[in-house]
Amino acid sequence: MAAASSSSLHATAAALHGVGAAASSKPRAAAPGARSVRVAAAARRSGSVRARGGMVARAAVAVTCLVFCIPFFFCGRLLHEVLLFEALREALIEEMKADPTVYVFGEDVGHYGGSYKVTKGLAEMFGDLRVLDTPIAENSFTGMGVGAAMKGLRPIIEGMNMGFLLLAYNQISNNCGMLHYTSGGQFKIPVVIRGPGGVGRQLGAEHSQRLESYFQSIPGLQMVACSTPYNAKGLMKAAIRSENPVVLFEHVLLYNLKEKIPDEEYICCLEDVEMVRPGEHVTILTYSRMRYHVMQAAKTQVNKGYDPEVIDIRSLKPFDLHTIGNSIKKTNRVLIVEECMRTGGIGASLRAAIIDNFWDYLDAPIMCLSSQDVPTPYAAPLEDATVVQPAQIVAAVEQICQ
Amino acid sequence: MAAASFTAAKFFAPVAARSGGDRAPLHASSSLWPRTKPAPRLRTALAVSDVLSGNKAAPAAAVHPSATRDEALELYEDMVLGRVFEDMCAQMYYRGKMFGFVHLYNGQEAVSTGFIKLLNQADCVVSTYRDHVHALSKGVPARSVMAELFGKATGCCRGQGGSMHMFSAPHNLLGGFAFIGEGIPVATGAAFAAKYRHEVLKESGPDGLDVTLAFFGDGTCNNGQFFECLNMAQLWKLPIVFVVENNLWAIGMSHVRATSDPEIWKKGPAFGMPGVHVDGMDVLKVREVAKEAIERARRGEGPTLVECETYRFRGHSLADPDELRKPDEKSHYAARDPIAALKKYIIEQNLATESELKSIEKKIDDVVEEAVEFADASPLPQRSQLLENVFSDPKGFGIGSDGKYRCEDPLFTQGTAQV
Repeated sequence: MAAASSSSLHATAAALHGVGAAASSKPRAAAPGARSVRVAAAARRSGSVRARGGMVARAAVAVTCLVFCIPFFFCGRLLHEVLLFEALREALIEEMKADPTVYVFGEDVGHYGGSYKVTKGLAEMFGDLRVLDTPIAENSFTGMGVGAAMKGLRPIIEGMNMGFLLLAYNQISNNCGMLHYTSGGQFKIPVVIRGPGGVGRQLGAEHSQRLESYFQSIPGLQMVACSTPYNAKGLMKAAIRSENPVVLFEHVLLYNLKEKIPDEEYICCLEDVEMVRPGEHVTILTYSRMRYHVMQAAKTQVNKGYDPEVIDIRSLKPFDLHTIGNSIKKTNRVLIVEECMRTGGIGASLRAAIIDNFWDYLDAPIMCLSSQDVPTPYAAPLEDATVVQPAQIVAAVEQICQ
Repeated sequence: MAAASFTAAKFFAPVAARSGGDRAPLHASSSLWPRTKPAPRLRTALAVSDVLSGNKAAPAAAVHPSATRDEALELYEDMVLGRVFEDMCAQMYYRGKMFGFVHLYNGQEAVSTGFIKLLNQADCVVSTYRDHVHALSKGVPARSVMAELFGKATGCCRGQGGSMHMFSAPHNLLGGFAFIGEGIPVATGAAFAAKYRHEVLKESGPDGLDVTLAFFGDGTCNNGQFFECLNMAQLWKLPIVFVVENNLWAIGMSHVRATSDPEIWKKGPAFGMPGVHVDGMDVLKVREVAKEAIERARRGEGPTLVECETYRFRGHSLADPDELRKPDEKSHYAARDPIAALKKYIIEQNLATESELKSIEKKIDDVVEEAVEFADASPLPQRSQLLENVFSDPKGFGIGSDGKYRCEDPLFTQGTAQV
């Protein structure tokens, strides 16, 4: 079961990032010198026309893109293949080389190389102080990150599992989120808090948590969730460079996703969404691992004649209401698919924001598929029933499009 | 100045590890405290200052640390500033000029002055909610602190922090924290940054590492963050001094009712750092111990835990009726008022005359009155200030439905934008 699902993730990723469907990623790779994230973002938000379904049309697009790409290939727009955790590591290495105030710390990040190998080799490159192995004291070492940030360093705090950061909640809420404000703007807290979270493979309830709902109310914090090697590297770099405290949610099951990413330096905009699959019938908003369940369901939906528009919201706080809004104005139907718990989750907030801003454009109530409000069970069938599965997404699209 | 050298490697058996000065019997306020001295515990694992003497008779004979005229007057002025300021806070609170929870420092001035007057501008101070006097000692102008307490836009935190959240970047005051214990990791991080700057960025001050002082109380010493930070600070030899202001009470909870072993200084050696106990009602003794601890840190030898026996003359906050503390305990410590003690020392040592001291007091009265006038005359924050400091980079408010960043909305600078 595990092997099948993970290979389906790879397959989905491959389908996503194959030439046909990856029209959204092309402008980034193709636009020369598009270091400026705003340039790329503006291009996306203008809603350029994309290819519609059908094998012939896709093939035509593929050939066109290939032809379009060849000159850039010779201009040095080289790509290299990485796994997601390697993409994160590349981002860390690049930023740590560029800025000596950037450093990483957490449990087992140094000599062990990180429990998911994101920091593998970094301690040899940068030394034990810049890749600091901490004792098991999340609240205190997170607070240390805050203090160091106030004194001009740029810490990256790793939670070995995001769930462990519940122990650091005092520091994340009171200090990361608040100190810039309560100090009247005197101190900034440019920390990055990152780590693996989400429901994995029978890891048990405490290792299968989704903290995005717990952190989303904290004023002063930004939250992003990466889902592909491309956006993992881009978001990590953006988070490190940001003057704000940023929580970067990684997912335990996505670390081995493979993708070709540019050799050239790039960053992603922290506040933007990512258009995954343009469509006409329904706007599906998702993030992190559920993106892949949505895309798997999308294949089935397309065969049944539906045309979903899939948006990976990426920025969990704040929401990019512009791209989301444009999509809703086009499709008039919204389905939110998330791994967060139903109660007080990202979906709940997103629903409220959409109703506040785009009520007049809705032809149907917003549907939200979330995880069950259940501590993730260990047993496989129960765990599967806790998160949203592609079949449910297919059924939801059918229902909402009636 | 009497030498007060101590190193982590020196282990002395404790007999009665107290510095000079009568200590109020611990059992004064609790019937649970054993009447007899507890059986000596492990006698080996201790490192104590030479200031602490081996038997009860010795303290009286111990050489009292001395000060020059300039030092003594500086200390006197700083303590008087702290006292007069806090008294004025009480007045202003009862007149409805400041609100919420206000925690006054009366009685504890020797700790703040004794430690902070030894620091450079680049050294850092981290405090708790009882932070007004730490701010003043560190050099934050009285008018900025008072304006902050009045909630005015000219306050050191633009009126956004209040009594419990005093910050000053120019003076390296890193807060002001309402939750006890949560400032200690911040202080440890600031110390880490000092070490990082020295070792990774190759930046060093001429004197050595920049030192951080973390001030907190007896109640905090039962909190996890305290222990976690003692461990990490010693592990990485961070330039920090942990200063415990043991005033015996955490609101209404007596220290001995909350703590299995009330002798906090002993917890330092448990983590491998020196633990020192000092009479926190005597500014010269505090200063002597502080000097050693700060210089240790500056040399890169790591942290020290200093327990200061002190007392707050007022309640926990201005809202505290202070009914649990016994009158004889209060009068015992009132008799050890640090300002009166220093005044007596100055007069007896002929460092200054009574009238010189009076003129310092008058000067401070004027400073504090001026601070009140300034705070009174200052404007309240405008509505436009509401959203400005939520994010250092206001792009963090995200992109609105019109495609523009919300912080570009003109209503943002009016404080009324929908974010």
